[in-house]
Amino acid sequence: MTEAGRSHFWHSDGRRLSGLSTLLLLLPFFTIIAFVFVYPILQLLVISILEPHPTLDNYARVVENPVHMRVLMRTLWTAMLVTALSVVLGFPVAYYMSRAKGTVAALVAVCVILPLWSSVLVRTAAWSFLFQRNGLINSALMSLGLTSQPFKLLYTQSAVVIAMTHVLLPFMILPIYGALRSIPNDYGRAAAVLGATRLRTFLEVILPLSLPGVVSGSLLVFLTALGFFITPALLGSPQEMMISTLVSKQIREVLDWPFAAALVGVLTVFVTLLAIIFSKMLRFDRLMGNAS
Amino acid sequence: MKPPTDRGSLALGAYVYAVLAFIIVPLVIVIPMSFSQNDYLAFPPSGFTLKWYSEYFDSRQWRAATWLSVQVALLTALFASVIGTAATYAMIRGHSRLVTAFQIALIGPIIVPHIALAVGLYLFFQTIGLSGTIPGFVLAHTVLTLPFVVFTMAAALGKVDANLEAAAMSCGATRFQAFRLVTLPLVLPSLASSALFAFIISFDEPVVSFFLSGVRQKTLPRRMFEDIEQNLTPVIPAIATLLIMLSILILLGAHVLRSRSVTR
Repeated sequence: MTEAGRSHFWHSDGRRLSGLSTLLLLLPFFTIIAFVFVYPILQLLVISILEPHPTLDNYARVVENPVHMRVLMRTLWTAMLVTALSVVLGFPVAYYMSRAKGTVAALVAVCVILPLWSSVLVRTAAWSFLFQRNGLINSALMSLGLTSQPFKLLYTQSAVVIAMTHVLLPFMILPIYGALRSIPNDYGRAAAVLGATRLRTFLEVILPLSLPGVVSGSLLVFLTALGFFITPALLGSPQEMMISTLVSKQIREVLDWPFAAALVGVLTVFVTLLAIIFSKMLRFDRLMGNAS
Repeated sequence: MKPPTDRGSLALGAYVYAVLAFIIVPLVIVIPMSFSQNDYLAFPPSGFTLKWYSEYFDSRQWRAATWLSVQVALLTALFASVIGTAATYAMIRGHSRLVTAFQIALIGPIIVPHIALAVGLYLFFQTIGLSGTIPGFVLAHTVLTLPFVVFTMAAALGKVDANLEAAAMSCGATRFQAFRLVTLPLVLPSLASSALFAFIISFDEPVVSFFLSGVRQKTLPRRMFEDIEQNLTPVIPAIATLLIMLSILILLGAHVLRSRSVTR
C-alpha cells in the first residue's frame, strides 16, 4: 500500500487498490459468508440426501404423504394470498406516497417505515392481543351487535394471513413507491396536455411504468412469506401447519433430522430457483435507500 | 393537473388512510395496554399503572435476556459495519473480479429463508459448541445484517470522488491514510447509521435466535416468543412499548445522521 503512494504521482492506477489489498479487505466478508451461511445450508442439503443412507426417500416422504403435501400447498396458497392482499392494500398507499408533499408525505413515510424497523414479535403479539376471545376485535363486533358469540380468531389460518400481510406490507409499498418516484413528472403532464383524463393517464402511463416495482415487491413478499416462521408459529393452528412450523416440529419434538433437512431443502431450493429466475426484477437496494 | 378535490381523489385518500390505520393501529395499541391497571386485554384500558414495567425491570430472567440481546446487538453492529465497509470499499476501489460472487453473497442471506439458516446453524453450532453462546449469536446476526450495511455503504462510498483519495495519495499519503483522513470522514454518518440498523436488526431478530438459544442463554426475542406462546402475560405490552420506542430512537438517529451526511 505504501508503495502505491510513493511510486506514482498522477498515475491512474493510484486510484485502484492493489489485488492483495482488495483480497485482504474482502477476506473477512467471504469467510463469514462461507462458514456461517453457505456451509450450514449445504450441510443440511447433504444430510437430506445422504442420511440414513444415500437416498431420495426423505424427499419422497415430503411429496408422498398427503399430510405433508397439504402443508406445502397451504404454504404456497398462504404466500400467494398474502402477496395479492399486499398489492391491493399497498399499491394505493405507494401511489399516494409518491404524490404527497410536506407533512403528509412525512407522516405516510413514518407509517410505512416504522413498522419495518420494529420487532416482528411486537407486531405478532399485537395481533395476538387483538384476536383474543375477549380481545378488541371481538368486543367491538359484540358491542356493535354484529355477533352475540365471540369469534374464534386466534389460532386460525385467517389470523396468520392477516398478520403476515401486516408484517410484509412495507416490503410491497417501498419498491412500488421507488418505481413510481422514478417516473418523471413530465410524463403525467404530457399526457394531460394531450387531453388524457387523469384515469387514462394513470392506466396508460403511470401503471405500466410502475409494474417493475409491483413485480419486485410481489417477489419479495412472496419469497419471504414462503419461509415465514414467527407469525404462523404464534397465531396459526397446530392442525394447519406451514412448512416452517413443520420443520420446527420435526427438529424440536420429533427429532427427525433427515426429514427436516429435506423440508428445508424443498423450501430453500424452490425459493432460490425463483430468485434466480427473477433475479433481474429483484431490487433490494431500493428497500434500504428508502428506509434510511 | 386538476386540484385533488374530486370524488376519485377523496376515495383514494380514504382508502389509503384506512390501510395506514391497518398498518399503524396494531403497533400503537400496545402502548395504552401497557399502562392498564386490571385486565390488560380490555379496551379502552382502565386506570394507570407502571407495574408491568417494574415487573419487567425487576425480573431477573427478563433482565438477563435483555442484557444478552444488547451484548449480541452491539457486537453485531461493530463486526457487520467494519467487515461490510471493508468489503464494500474493496469492491468499489479494487479490481472487481468477484462482483458476481459478492452479489450472490449479499442476496443469499436475504433470499434464503431464515428458518433454513436457523436450522442449519443450529446443527453446525451444536457440533462446534457455539450454540447458545454470544459468539454464535454474533456470527449468525453478522451474516443477516451484512447486506444492509453493504447497501448503505455502497451508496455512500459510491458518491465519494475517487480523485480525492488519489489527490491525497499524490501528496504522499498512504492508501490507508487517504481512506482514514479523506474518505472515512465523508462516509462516517452512513457508517454510523448502518451500525444503528445492524444493531436493531440483531436486537429484534427472532428466528435464528429462536433456534440458537439454549436453556440458559435466551435472547429477548426468544423469551418474548415463549411468553406469547405460553401465557401472554401483561409484561408483553410493556416490553413491546419499550421496543417501539427503541425503533423510533434508532430511526430518528438515522434521520439525523442522514441530514448531516455530506454524501447524501
